[in-house]
Amino acid sequence: MDYSIKIGGEAGQGIQTVGDILSHIFAKAGYHVFTHQDYESRIRGGHNFYQIRISDNPITASRTKIDILVALDKESIYQHEKELNQKGHAVYDSSYFREKYDRPNFIDVPFLDLALTHGGSKLMANTVAVGAVIGMLGMNPKIMFEYIEKTFKKKGEEIINSNLRSAEAGYKYAKEKCLTCSFMVSGFESPKMLITGNEAIGAGAIASGLKFYSAYPMTPSTGIFNFVSDHAKDFEIIVEQAEDEIAAVNMAIGASFAGIRAMTGTSGGGFALMVEGISLAGMTETPLVIALAQRPGPATGLPTKTEQADLFFALFAGHGEFPKVLFAPGTPEEAFFLTNKAFDLAEKYQITVVILTDQYLADSQWSYEKFDISKLKYKDYRIRGEEFKRLKEYKRHIFTETGISPLGIPGNYHHLVITDSDEHDEEGHITEDAFIRNKMVEKRLFKKLPLIQKEIEPPKLYGTKEPEILILCWGSTYGIVREVVDELSKSYKVSMLHFSEIFPFPEQKSWIDIIKKSKLIINIEQNATSQFARLLRMETGIKIEKHINRFDGRPFTVDELLEKVYEQIREI
Amino acid sequence: MNKLEKFKGIQPAWCPGCGNFSILRAFNEAMDELGFEPHDFVIVSGIGQAGKFPHYTRCNTFNGLHGRTLPVATGIKLVNHKLRVFAVAGDGDCYGEGGNHLIHAIRRNIDIKLFVHDNQIYGLTKGQASPTTMKGVVTKTQPFGVFSEQFNPLTLAIALNCSFVARAFAGDISHLKEIIKSAITHKGFSLVDILQPCVSFNKINTFEWYKERVYYLPADYDPTDRVKAFEKSLEWGDRIPLGIIYLTEKPTYEDLIPIIREKTLLEQEPLINRIGDLLAKFY
Repeated sequence: MDYSIKIGGEAGQGIQTVGDILSHIFAKAGYHVFTHQDYESRIRGGHNFYQIRISDNPITASRTKIDILVALDKESIYQHEKELNQKGHAVYDSSYFREKYDRPNFIDVPFLDLALTHGGSKLMANTVAVGAVIGMLGMNPKIMFEYIEKTFKKKGEEIINSNLRSAEAGYKYAKEKCLTCSFMVSGFESPKMLITGNEAIGAGAIASGLKFYSAYPMTPSTGIFNFVSDHAKDFEIIVEQAEDEIAAVNMAIGASFAGIRAMTGTSGGGFALMVEGISLAGMTETPLVIALAQRPGPATGLPTKTEQADLFFALFAGHGEFPKVLFAPGTPEEAFFLTNKAFDLAEKYQITVVILTDQYLADSQWSYEKFDISKLKYKDYRIRGEEFKRLKEYKRHIFTETGISPLGIPGNYHHLVITDSDEHDEEGHITEDAFIRNKMVEKRLFKKLPLIQKEIEPPKLYGTKEPEILILCWGSTYGIVREVVDELSKSYKVSMLHFSEIFPFPEQKSWIDIIKKSKLIINIEQNATSQFARLLRMETGIKIEKHINRFDGRPFTVDELLEKVYEQIREI
Repeated sequence: MNKLEKFKGIQPAWCPGCGNFSILRAFNEAMDELGFEPHDFVIVSGIGQAGKFPHYTRCNTFNGLHGRTLPVATGIKLVNHKLRVFAVAGDGDCYGEGGNHLIHAIRRNIDIKLFVHDNQIYGLTKGQASPTTMKGVVTKTQPFGVFSEQFNPLTLAIALNCSFVARAFAGDISHLKEIIKSAITHKGFSLVDILQPCVSFNKINTFEWYKERVYYLPADYDPTDRVKAFEKSLEWGDRIPLGIIYLTEKPTYEDLIPIIREKTLLEQEPLINRIGDLLAKFY
C-alpha cells in the first residue's frame, strides 16, 4: 500500500479540517503517514492544498502522483487532475461547481446534500468528504467513527451524532458509487503518533524544562508559539506576546538571566529584529534558544512558502565575535531531540542556539511508533539555593579553565549577579581595559568553542558506506533526499550525507573522507546560492561543483529531484 | 561606617557636576531608608550616561542594550516577581530608541519602576537632540533647530493609564528621594521622569533654568483625578510641576497570571517528567 490523497480548495473551505481528520484516522490505523501543506497568505479564497501519503513502510516525503483528489473547488481539478495516477480517482460535489465531469474516475458525491439530509447542517459537508475518502479506499470505518467521537467530544452528543451520520453517509455513498475504485488498504496495526516540525520543537522545548516563551506571531513559526501556549497551563510556562521581536528576544534574555530556561521563535523578518539581542546574549553569556522557521525572502517574500535561505543570516547574526550553535533538524523526531540538545548546550556553555527549520518542516506531519524519551537530557547548570549561598564570593564572569563561569541567579543569595553589554570585568562591571578585554574574548570564544565542537555530532550518512554518488543536504530536505537515495540505490552506489548539527563543525572529521572519495557529489539546497556548500568550503576547503537548487518557495518533490539527479549522472 | 557604604559602586565616569550624581545619591538614600540590601533588587539599564548607573551603586545588574531596558526587566519580573526590578534609562534610550517598549510596559502594568534621567539631550554621543529637546534648539545634528514636537512622557503615560506618574528634579535630592520611595512602594508600573541637567552638552536646560521654573504640586493636589492630571502634565515652559502627577490602583500584570499566583516561576520545578503525557496526545 502506498497511496497519496490530495485535498484542494480555497482558503476557508476546510481543507485543513478534512486533511487533519483523515491523517489522524490513518495514523490511528497504524499506517505510516506523511503530510504536507501548501497554502497562501490569505484567510479566504486562493488555492490551497493538503497532501497525505499513507504506506505500510516508513515514508519521509510526498510523491508527485496522487491516488485520490478531493476537489473542493474547480481550480483543484484544473491544477491537479494531471497528477492523478492511472488508477487514481477524483471526488467532488457537482453542486459546488455547477458542473458535472463525465469521466469514469470522477466520483460526484453530494457533500452538501448529504450533510443537510444526514447531519442537519451544511457545516457537516467536510465530514461527508472524510467519509467519502474512507469509503473510496474501502477502509473499515471503525476508526473514523471513533476519531470523530473523540474530536467532537467537547461539543456534545448532538454534534457528535450528526457528524457520525454525515461521515457514514459519505462513506456509504462513495463505497457504492465508486465502482472503479480498486484500492487495497492494509489491516490495522497499533496506532502511530503524528507530529509536525513545529509541534516537535514545542514538545522538545517543554521536555527540556522550558518555562518562558516570548514571541511575536510570524508565519511559519507561529505553530510553536501556539503549541507552547496550549500547554502553558499544564506545564506552568509563561508565554508572552511581545510588542515586537526586539522585545521578544530581550524578554527571553531577561527571563534567562533571572534563572529559568527561555526561548523565542520567529521567521526571517522577525529574526532580523532579534539580531542585536543575539549579540547581547553573546556578550552577557546568557543562555538563549531561538527557533528560526525560514520562509522565502527578501523582506516579506513569500510568507507561507518554504526556503532554506537564512543559513548565512543566522550564522553571521550578531555584531562582534562570539560562539553560537546552529541546528537544522531534518525530521520532527530530530527537531524534538535537537531542541533538547539546544537547551542543554545553551545553558551549559551560556550561548545562543538557533534551531533552523522552514515552512516545509514546520507544517509537515510525520508518523512514528514513538519517541524514545529516555534519550532526553536534563541537567540544571545554574547555581541555585544552598549551593549558591555556600560560595564565599561570586563573580558572574570569573575566568576559568573552560571559559564557563558559574551561572548564578540574581536575588536573595547575598551574591550580586552583574552583567553588561559593554565589555566587563570578572564581576560584570563595565571596563575598557585592554588586558581584560583580551582575556574575556579568550574566555567567551577561544576556550568555549573547542569544547562546543566536541559536543557536535558529525553529519549522518544514509545509504552505502562507500558511495560513488554522494548527495549533500541539510535541514528539512532530509526526507525527500532519502527517498531519492532509496530509488537511486536500485542502480547506483549512492548515499546521502545529511547535516543537521550545522555549526560549528564537529571536532570529529572522518566524514570529510567520504566526500573526498566520492566520484560525483551533488549538493541539494532549497535556496538560490548553495549557502551550505559555501559554508562547507569555508570550514573544510572542499568545493562542491554540482548543485541542485530550488527557490520558488515550493518544496522539492521526490520525482522531480530524482529526474534532476539523473541529469547530473548522465552528464558525467 | 557610612550608612551608604554598602551601596558604594565603582568610580563613576560621569562629568564633574553632572545631574546624575544627585540621582545616585537620592537613590542610595532611598534604598537605605527602605531597608533594602543590594541583593534585594535588580537594576536593568540601557545605554547612555544613565545606563552606567547600576555600576555606581551596588545591586544585581543587567546593563543591556540601548532602548531595551523594559523588555529585559519584563522578562526578569515575570520569572521572579518577588524580586524588585528597577529600570534606569535616559531620555534618548527610553523615549527614543525604546519608545515602543515604554508604551507596552505601561499597558501591561507590570510592577517595574522606571527612572528616566531626562537631560533633554544626548550626552554619551555628545550633544544631539533627544525626543525631549525643546523645539527650535540647534544642535550638531539639528543645524536648523529641532522641528519635531517635544516628547511629553507624562502625558503619554497618563493617556495609557499608567499607574504611577511622577516628575522629580536632580536639583532637589530630598524631594527626589521621596518620589523614588513612593514609586517603589506603589504597586504597579511607575514612571519617574527626572529632570537632570547635562553640564557638558545642554547649555539651555541648566540647573538655573530648571530652578527658575520648577514648583511642587500643592498638598491638596489630587493625583487620582485623571483629567486634572492630564492637564497638569501639559504644563511646561515658565512653570514645570514636580511631584506625583497621576496615581491609580489596579492589578499588576503578574497578579493576573494564574500559574504564578502561589509561587514565582523561578520557584517552580520544570515538569519534565510529564513529557510522556504530552507525547501521548499525538496518538
